[in-house]
Amino acid sequence: MNEQFYNVSANPHVRDKASTHSIMLDVIIALLPATLFGWWNFGVNAVILTVLSIATCVISEYAWQYFMHKKITVGDMSAVLTGLLLAMNLPAGVPYWMPVLGGVFAIIVVKQLFGGLGQNFMNPALGARCFLLISFAGMMTDFSVKGFGTTFDATTGATPLAALKAGQAVNLKDMFLGLTPGTIGETSAILLILGGLYLIFKGIISWRIPICYIATLSIFVLLFGGHGFDAVYLAQHLCGGGLMLGAFFMATDYVTSPITPKGQIVFGILLGLLTGIFRIFGGSAEGVSYAIIFCNLLVPLIERFTTPTAFGKGGKN
Amino acid sequence: MGLLTFKGGLHPYDGKELSKDKAITEYLPQGEMVYPLSQHIGAPAVACVKKGDNVLVGQKIAEAGGFVSANIFSSVSGKVLKIEPRLTVSGNKVNSIVIENDGFYKKAEFHPVETMTKENILAAVKEAGIVGLGGAGFPTHVKLSPKEPEKIDYIIVNAAECEPYITADYRQMMETPEDLLSGLNIILSMFPAAKGVIGIEDNKPEAIRKLTEMCKEEERIEVAALKTKYPQGAERSLIFAVTGRAINSGMLPADAGCIVDNVATVIAIHEAVTMGKPLYERVVTVTGDAIAEPGNFKVKSGTNAAELVDAAGGFKTRPEKVISGGPMMGMALSSLDVPCQKAFSSLLCLTKDEVAACEPGNCIRCGRCISVCPAGLMPTRLSEIADKGDFALFDQLNGCECVECGCCSYICPAKRRLTQSMKTGRREALALRRRQK
Repeated sequence: MNEQFYNVSANPHVRDKASTHSIMLDVIIALLPATLFGWWNFGVNAVILTVLSIATCVISEYAWQYFMHKKITVGDMSAVLTGLLLAMNLPAGVPYWMPVLGGVFAIIVVKQLFGGLGQNFMNPALGARCFLLISFAGMMTDFSVKGFGTTFDATTGATPLAALKAGQAVNLKDMFLGLTPGTIGETSAILLILGGLYLIFKGIISWRIPICYIATLSIFVLLFGGHGFDAVYLAQHLCGGGLMLGAFFMATDYVTSPITPKGQIVFGILLGLLTGIFRIFGGSAEGVSYAIIFCNLLVPLIERFTTPTAFGKGGKN
Repeated sequence: MGLLTFKGGLHPYDGKELSKDKAITEYLPQGEMVYPLSQHIGAPAVACVKKGDNVLVGQKIAEAGGFVSANIFSSVSGKVLKIEPRLTVSGNKVNSIVIENDGFYKKAEFHPVETMTKENILAAVKEAGIVGLGGAGFPTHVKLSPKEPEKIDYIIVNAAECEPYITADYRQMMETPEDLLSGLNIILSMFPAAKGVIGIEDNKPEAIRKLTEMCKEEERIEVAALKTKYPQGAERSLIFAVTGRAINSGMLPADAGCIVDNVATVIAIHEAVTMGKPLYERVVTVTGDAIAEPGNFKVKSGTNAAELVDAAGGFKTRPEKVISGGPMMGMALSSLDVPCQKAFSSLLCLTKDEVAACEPGNCIRCGRCISVCPAGLMPTRLSEIADKGDFALFDQLNGCECVECGCCSYICPAKRRLTQSMKTGRREALALRRRQK
């Protein structure tokens, strides 16, 4: 008779290496180039804002879970990521209380009040950004902090998209590289695209949302932008207004985007349409943040209509 | 032919290198032999020996308890000690015949099929107690008696062996491929309209090469290279890969014109028909990082699993987890004191229990479970519904289509136990269906 007893559990008995922690870490790695560029471009203040934002998010999450007697999960890095994303969405000249307020709002109001990780109905960082944007419109749209290598006329403090809308000339190369006014992390289209490609390559995000988003917006701009088939004008639209940050990092947030493959395509198209409408027909030059949080609210509906067909139950299988 | 496959699935660490080059060696049991009366899907068999009876190798000791049931044979010669409930791989105690092995292995007389008619073959397969040896243990004679035999146009040999670690079928393909082809030809002789396809994953190139070479002369048989992807060997996935036909849980393979049997089963059919040898032994892979000398063994059914560990050189390190079958769909054993039964394809001993090592967290809605699900389901949503106990909704959302392959739990970064919830949901939903009928 064998006296030993072994662990039992339901199958499967092996697990993939990827974990919530490793996924969050990968997204953070993908954001690093654009973050470092933002720090270089906007200086020490940008660094301080980023640190404050991350610290606030982590501490808020810890404090909430501690006082609510919940399992402490700050180790999963999701709060760090929220903090980083929030900082990337702030102009470099905002006062230091701004990321703190935003961080508390993101974690406590948007995330934890709805049940914590996986349960929030909109992207915490974007929710906080929009909250700050509405509450402190002046400070949140003041982009007068002159970037390091900025050749752009920063005295007006206008973002390239705002300048574009006002009919001024903008330098596409500077927009592509990121040498323009804007929030800390949104300016460098090239580095954000690289980060996005890293995520797609690693299988963290799928191509569906970013590609459908960017493609739809492109078509919209070409059709309704009033510039006809002007490639430079289109490229300026694509490089500006945090589109790349939004398309690759915010819209693809797992929690607040559709989980179904078809739903992701619908979501991307909707984002493109809304962003186009906001930018071209709306009062403000930007529209990425609002388009994303608005579409976040539609996710349950989109998923309802895009449930995959079970194998062997009709459909094209 | 290009690589055939299905939608979904994943690539777990396959671990086959531990045992794939180890030739099959026969293991002769030392201790008492235990034969559970229920080691197949369907009604339990009924014992036809009693305490004190002397039995021979290959002597029937239990009679099928219905059409969907199977005979059970002694694998040793010796004396029936008792019939009592014993722990089996399923974790339940099952009424079992216990036989004392006299060590002489005196064989009963075997009678091969003389005239190869459909009825005679079927009778021989039924008499030999053959069940699906891949793991499910579904009686093979039932599979071979479809309602509309003329509609069967594919006999598929499931040689995917997609479960990690297991190499039992692979070794049999390498060592006795002629038996496999003979078995397949026997089945083909029953279904004149059918062609035989041997589906092998492309991580076994030697087997593909060998069988392709041997099938050159066979007009009705071809070898299909399948993409290596778990669960390629799941019946519905395999049928889709080979024929492009999709069946759901409410259908049988025969509804898509297919009969699917795995390698070991087809070889058992060959032995039953050409030699009259009933099913009392099978090839078992004993492997895992806790095993000193992983290998493939021809094991007499009823052998105690602990003996197999000794046969493979014992434990190198104490295992945390012992599994009957593969790591994806196998059953964890609480104790090694269980008998090897017909569908026991592998004894896997792992030094690390990955399930216990990770704590489930919140779903982050990454969608990986959806992209790997071979049944096209949304495991995260369904498992939540199952956990809440809404089994009617679970059924309505096709939860019963789950094949319990384990992909969702494997891939989940939050380490949620999705498969476990799906299994519970499925069982409850099917029970609900029966109650409502």
